[in-house]
Amino acid sequence: MLTRREFLKLCTATVLSVSLTDQVIPIMRQAFAEGRLTKPPVIWLELGSCTGNSISLANAVNPTFHQVLTDLVDMRYSWLHNVEQGQAVVQTLLDTVEKEAGKFWLVIEGSVMTADNGRYNHVFMRDNQMVTGMAALQEIAPKAKHIIAVGTCACFGGPAAAYPNPGGAKGVWEVIKQPVINIPGCPANPDWMTGTFSHLIMYGLPELDNYNRPKLFFGQTIHDLCQRRQQFEDGIFASFPGESGCLYRVGCKGPITQADCPKRQWNHYVNWPVRAGAPCIGCASPGFPDSSMPFYNHLPSVQTPLGALNVKKFGAAAAGLGVAAVGAHLITGVVAKRVGKHWLDGTKPHESDPPENIEQLKQELDDLIRQQNALISESKSLERSQVKRKLPRTLRQKVVDFFRPGQKHRR
Amino acid sequence: MAVQTIFPVTRIHEPLRADVEVQDGKIVDAWLGAHLFRGFETMLTGRDPRDAALFTQRICGICSSAHAVVASMAQQQAFGVIPTPTGQQLINLIFAADIIQNHLRHFYVLVLYDYVKGPNMSPYIPRPQADFRLPPKVNDEILQHAKEAALQALRAHEAMAVFGAKAPMQQTIMPTGVTEQASVERLMAYSSILQELTEWVETIFINDVMIIADYYKDYYSIGAGYGNFMSYGMFPAPVTGERALKPGLIVNQGQVESLDVNHIAEEIRYSWYKDEQERRVLPDGRTIPNRDKSDAYSWIKAPRYQALPVEGGPLARGFINGDYRRGVSVMDRLVARAKETLKICRLAQGWINEIVPNTPSCQQFTPPDAGTGIGLTDAMRGALGHWMEYRHNKVTHYQIVTPTTWNFSPRDNQGIRGPVEQALIGTPVADVTNLIEAGRVIRSFDPCFTCAVHMLEMGNVHG
Repeated sequence: MLTRREFLKLCTATVLSVSLTDQVIPIMRQAFAEGRLTKPPVIWLELGSCTGNSISLANAVNPTFHQVLTDLVDMRYSWLHNVEQGQAVVQTLLDTVEKEAGKFWLVIEGSVMTADNGRYNHVFMRDNQMVTGMAALQEIAPKAKHIIAVGTCACFGGPAAAYPNPGGAKGVWEVIKQPVINIPGCPANPDWMTGTFSHLIMYGLPELDNYNRPKLFFGQTIHDLCQRRQQFEDGIFASFPGESGCLYRVGCKGPITQADCPKRQWNHYVNWPVRAGAPCIGCASPGFPDSSMPFYNHLPSVQTPLGALNVKKFGAAAAGLGVAAVGAHLITGVVAKRVGKHWLDGTKPHESDPPENIEQLKQELDDLIRQQNALISESKSLERSQVKRKLPRTLRQKVVDFFRPGQKHRR
Repeated sequence: MAVQTIFPVTRIHEPLRADVEVQDGKIVDAWLGAHLFRGFETMLTGRDPRDAALFTQRICGICSSAHAVVASMAQQQAFGVIPTPTGQQLINLIFAADIIQNHLRHFYVLVLYDYVKGPNMSPYIPRPQADFRLPPKVNDEILQHAKEAALQALRAHEAMAVFGAKAPMQQTIMPTGVTEQASVERLMAYSSILQELTEWVETIFINDVMIIADYYKDYYSIGAGYGNFMSYGMFPAPVTGERALKPGLIVNQGQVESLDVNHIAEEIRYSWYKDEQERRVLPDGRTIPNRDKSDAYSWIKAPRYQALPVEGGPLARGFINGDYRRGVSVMDRLVARAKETLKICRLAQGWINEIVPNTPSCQQFTPPDAGTGIGLTDAMRGALGHWMEYRHNKVTHYQIVTPTTWNFSPRDNQGIRGPVEQALIGTPVADVTNLIEAGRVIRSFDPCFTCAVHMLEMGNVHG
């Protein structure tokens, strides 16, 4: 059997040269046949979703969706595919929950609608009672072996939770107590889903970051992997989407978005936004879309120890200062509360547990830098008086403590 | 006889509850309720009008490009810009690929298992004990095609991503065109996929639909509905804006009339919304949820054209353009959809041939400080409209009316049924425990409740 290390290499390698299908599927098929592994029963529950992630999974190439159904998982319930309807399909769902308790995976697509006690979204009927999506999730989740949120909506609330969030949309992990594996993206790239599923079957839980995203797909920023990175370093910027040059000035959120789109690419690995001249909109970030709108406005000017750097000077300075400057600026932005109104009231990630040691704090701050960066909309459009709520104190305190001169936490 | 409830209706997009009253083996009354409210209504208020295309397409993952296309039309009007000729062609190509994908998946993923016995594995089992009429050999052959169709649909999305960067949720459509270049290499990539698709649709897809139509002939007389059709047309030509598929209105299978969007109003008597006025003419709508409203049974409002419930989709476009006028029924909808797929494949090939490689696919623009715009186009399932108004570079009002709100509207203020509710009337039912016949009628409309969760109105806020 493939070692875990080899598998990780496969997943992170440039997909064009090696395919998950060729290497993994035969191994799995053999393992299933020999009874070393079992096909996990899967309940795919759609809540406040647009079905985009189901469609994206159907766009999977290595392996294809058909192979996912035949060779990877046992898709017991997915209302997009079930042949039965009404009472019969509800029975299938309930039977799976009862008989496969502790074994089945619960995949959630779409955000949890919590307004009006969840009554904005009903998902099935049992004994003549309408069951809300929120209630179904809370009832089924404790019995699941793994809970996987696919798409930014299910992970963090996503577009459904955009300010003012009238439906009370929330990410799955804000609603249940069990650990959730988050596979964000709008939609999630099919490889992120099939890769995570494969890892779960063969080696169990993949390594996750602070936002519970598998590090193997969300470990680096778009900016770090970008084909146009050299143009950023050289100070060659596009002045309008569609032009050549780095798209930073026309709104690219690549520097603060963690995903491997540049090397993985989309739809049979044929294209991805920046290659097509469109700025990254940060769809895999917690806080999307509020944190990255306006989509075509650049990230704010950078405050550095050397003074303010605006975007025009950025290219020249970037080579000297590196991306760390972007991070430093963000922290300042967060402290100065120069954060977007939409961000404060709308889509907002769940706060992770307080750090236990310096390493963890550093890791968290690294993440914070990347994530919080997104939340700053252009400063001129922001009047402080309009800021309705302060950031959670713990978060702000963490940042301030970290940067207070003379503190032991200082890097 | 008691009212039978199907919830959830499966193999559609997002939650639909169907209540049907069956008497003497026939459906005599029906109520259709959508059960998801995400309330996008106020979300666009205060946002940058340039973001409308990318934001609104998040409403729906199946027809994402449709929202981007129509939002960019509204932006064009509001900003006073037009796409470059090549840009317009590329927008059309992106949209065409998405529609081909949608039509293939609708038939082979959603509709097929109403007529064909699926493979013996989850999620295709358990299956209802109902009338599956195909001989085993034909059944197996079509199942084999379903596997191929999955790959063809994936290829269609690949073609969409060639110019759209990714699918679903393309990212390149701008008011003035597309950010991707019309390079020879890109055009070749699209063209070769398209050629493959055209061939497959022509030789296999249409044939499969005709085989099923042959074994289920009675469905040519089931699911008629009102015979009122509406289409905004689609695929504007560069510069002239003339649409490859024409807009129009047909009342009770009569003559094609011209359409005036000022005659559209929405009614909320049976929808979970409160408003002192139960009927409002577009674009002056409001959306205040009230889940406790008695009598109401859906999150969808009831849009009406001069008080008429109208149907949209490939059959409506077929009637209006004269491409398909055999009749109005479940089977006619499926056949019209398959034929339209082929027509769109051929249209797309024509546009590729017209594109001059490496000409500008997009141009710079600066939006004026304020503006209003209306975008209208047909999407996969019917008429889709966006109404946008902005001031000081912030959206002040945004309204969307989606196709499924037309097709799956509940009763209006006068108690007149929506088009699908009406189409269900008279459907024979063999077994009230599975109601597969009702499912067949419903699925022929290609329902999608992600976008129909209701109309989206972004209320008036002075920005």
